[in-house]
Amino acid sequence: MIRFMWAIVRRDLLLVARQPAEMINPLVFFLLVIALFPLGVSPEAALLSQTAAGVIWVAAMLATLLSLELLFKLDHDDGSLEQLLLAPYPSWSLVLAKVFVHWLVSGLPLILISPLIATMLFLPSQAVPTLMLSLLIGTPTLSLLGAIGAALVTGVRGGGMLLTLLILPLYVPVIIFGASSVAAAAQGMAIDGYMALLAAMFVFALMITPWAAGSALKL
Amino acid sequence: MSFTPSSESHLLCTSALACERDSRVLYNDLNFVVKPGHLWHVKGRNGAGKTTLLRQLAGLHPVDTGEVLYSNNSIKIIYIGHKLGLKEQLTADENLSWLAGLDGSSTQRQRYAALEHVGLRGYEENPVAQLSAGQKRRVALARLHLCKADVWLLDEPFTSLDQQGIVDEIDWLNQHTRAGGAVLMTSHQDINLPHVKILDLGQYSPLLGECLLDKGSAII
Repeated sequence: MIRFMWAIVRRDLLLVARQPAEMINPLVFFLLVIALFPLGVSPEAALLSQTAAGVIWVAAMLATLLSLELLFKLDHDDGSLEQLLLAPYPSWSLVLAKVFVHWLVSGLPLILISPLIATMLFLPSQAVPTLMLSLLIGTPTLSLLGAIGAALVTGVRGGGMLLTLLILPLYVPVIIFGASSVAAAAQGMAIDGYMALLAAMFVFALMITPWAAGSALKL
Repeated sequence: MSFTPSSESHLLCTSALACERDSRVLYNDLNFVVKPGHLWHVKGRNGAGKTTLLRQLAGLHPVDTGEVLYSNNSIKIIYIGHKLGLKEQLTADENLSWLAGLDGSSTQRQRYAALEHVGLRGYEENPVAQLSAGQKRRVALARLHLCKADVWLLDEPFTSLDQQGIVDEIDWLNQHTRAGGAVLMTSHQDINLPHVKILDLGQYSPLLGECLLDKGSAII
């Protein structure tokens, strides 16, 4: 089974390498939102440092959402999803492999550039490690939860809007605790509780979503 | 041949299999047995349910009525449908690599040999997007030579192949069934092999059901 998952991960990474635009798009979107936000609201450091946590988290969520629609759709359209489902392995392993690549491509780059973003938005420097940690736990959760929606709308024409409606409610708790943890760290408060909740959500998503999305794909 | 689900030697069989799409019954009470060496040519008019039947056998389409029974879990199947399951951005070799990697592994030498077998020597490192429709079909068919499977489920495998390609493929079908494999395929073209068995879905469609009330004999 590990070899099966590895075959998928390798193939998808190769595809990303052939078409780097797919990887850069969510990242560019993320940067644009962050860059335009101060222009639209106010470039004042005091205001920005207060809102930074929320803005970064919402932008990260939207960037994830943007790339989710294609998670299974491309495979469905060219028939390779059929071949993946025919392999003699449980479908959750296929979901897990695809989600891992999705996170590697859309989540990980966000985490890596988040210190830069934090500086742009005047986030207090003591909150930066918390921001990175919360994104590290939170973005895989977003990818995992999104996989359910992506699996459900696979094969549906114009499923993007439906996907957003389906999974946005699931994203709300992750956003709330993710953004709150960063805000708390900015004010020098303890973040253990937030992190524990984020981690709990991640573990829960890791257990439930591959199975749920795998079942949805078979429909 | 009689319907013998308990037979040891069969690879797969169906029992009273039916298919309903959009509240239209395409075929019902379909019973047949696939044994090693069988080459089934599934026939039927457009929309008769040929593709759906192959997908049901592969496990890609839900079976609501009746059953598809495999003699054991270790039977390997290769299904090649209308959509070939190839990634346009990847080369022929890379595509074969991941397809074979789903259920086993392959070496580059094996993949090159398989591609040469289907007449694609020299195209191993070309992105599939650059290949013609017939060549893409050949890349997908190369998998048949790379992965050893018991049952081949081929949906219109002659599509966009040239005449020589069709002759070659019929030869592969022949070799595979002679070696103890089984093939179920749909095609609007006749296959000139002595051991081809015809499964005409038209006989199982409920529109003709009245004149075929003797269901017990509706087995080929």
